[in-house]
Amino acid sequence: MRRNFSLLTLLFTLCFVGVTFAKSGDENKKDTPDEVKSFIKHHLKDAHYFELFHGAKMPLPIIVWDNGLKYFWSSDLKKVKVKEIMNADSTITFEKLAANDTVPKSAQDYLYEAQNSEYSLFHGKMLAGKHADLQLKLNSEGKKKLISHSPLLDFSITKSVLMTIIICFFIFLAFTALSKSYRKGPIPSGFGRLLEPLVLFIRDEIAIPNIGKAHYKKYMSYLLTVFFFIWIVNLAGMTPLGINITGNIAITFSLALITYLITTFTANKNYWGHIFWMPGVPVPMKFVLMPIELLGTIIKPFSLMIRLYANITAGHVVLMSLIGLVFFAANLFSFGAFFGLTLFLGVIELLVAFLQAYIFTMLTALYFGAAVEEHHHEH
Amino acid sequence: MEIPAIVGAGLIVIGAGMGIGKIGGSAMDAIARQPEATSKIQTAMIIAAALIEGIGFAALFAV
Repeated sequence: MRRNFSLLTLLFTLCFVGVTFAKSGDENKKDTPDEVKSFIKHHLKDAHYFELFHGAKMPLPIIVWDNGLKYFWSSDLKKVKVKEIMNADSTITFEKLAANDTVPKSAQDYLYEAQNSEYSLFHGKMLAGKHADLQLKLNSEGKKKLISHSPLLDFSITKSVLMTIIICFFIFLAFTALSKSYRKGPIPSGFGRLLEPLVLFIRDEIAIPNIGKAHYKKYMSYLLTVFFFIWIVNLAGMTPLGINITGNIAITFSLALITYLITTFTANKNYWGHIFWMPGVPVPMKFVLMPIELLGTIIKPFSLMIRLYANITAGHVVLMSLIGLVFFAANLFSFGAFFGLTLFLGVIELLVAFLQAYIFTMLTALYFGAAVEEHHHEH
Repeated sequence: MEIPAIVGAGLIVIGAGMGIGKIGGSAMDAIARQPEATSKIQTAMIIAAALIEGIGFAALFAV
């Protein structure tokens, strides 16, 4: 125990020593903390292109709804640097930044303009206009807000969308192969041998204990889908593809929404009875409990959404920060320490990838179980 | 004097950490006492820990 502790202390000391070395030593500004920070921010966001490594960009289609579907490739977008001009009516407009302009960084901005159409991408939002058309205003909190345009409906096939489609296709192939292999005999062949124990695990450890033998069958398809989708997507997030799908709140929102809808529409009388007219408590208390229970039905899927999103985002941030630290290593010793720490956290993240899929499925099954529970006992 | 929101978030995270620690400790005790119920205890432990973790994350994102 004592030995373990001192080893851990040594490891942490090494890390801190490494950081200090890196901060004092590096002068050439290639790998600065700012660069790493923007790299992490960039990674967490969705993108309109697929970049495997620096320089190899694959453009993806951009599809917007602007009185009809308009589409073009993201290779058509070109970065335009602009400077902010403060007007008399306290609005801000943009002007193109000339090469010899000396404007402070805080008064600069940038956007991506399409070359062959009237669209531009301004901080992740598709707008029907170029830089000269945009007008911003400072709000009460001192933040710049766009007032001239409202963002268009964006149906683009972004990096996350593309990878989601590919992963869904992969899951579809793997599971149709598994179900087909049962025609030949009771023992699956090939990749199905890996999947079968997991399917049985979901059935025997999650679905039956939480939902009950009578009702679990109709929920199995959703539980399996959600488990394998989250798990495989999380694992794909650990590969160097640089994707972050479950760290996107829209994806987790959709998953939680489906859970909520299934719970609501398959719930029996008993479930609604416990929400609107809680049995076994005095009548005034029933009125107090009604809004609380009703709010609880929303909070449950909401916490599902936040939990998955926050876990995956936090995991990616920590991992990327540690990978970033490797580049600041001043000597081979600290390099080894950072590398070891990154490897260690990578393994932990593999566990988290499974654990989050398990917890999401488990809690979903728990909510389904509450929705179909029969009335056993008088309270 | 105004207390920054981040202090509140820190307090909540401390609370969440203590809660998860207590759950883990109690589960260990329970497993040591009844090793045959390990899987049931683990399930209940993970659910409770996940619920507390949700609160911790809500606090972090509210900042």
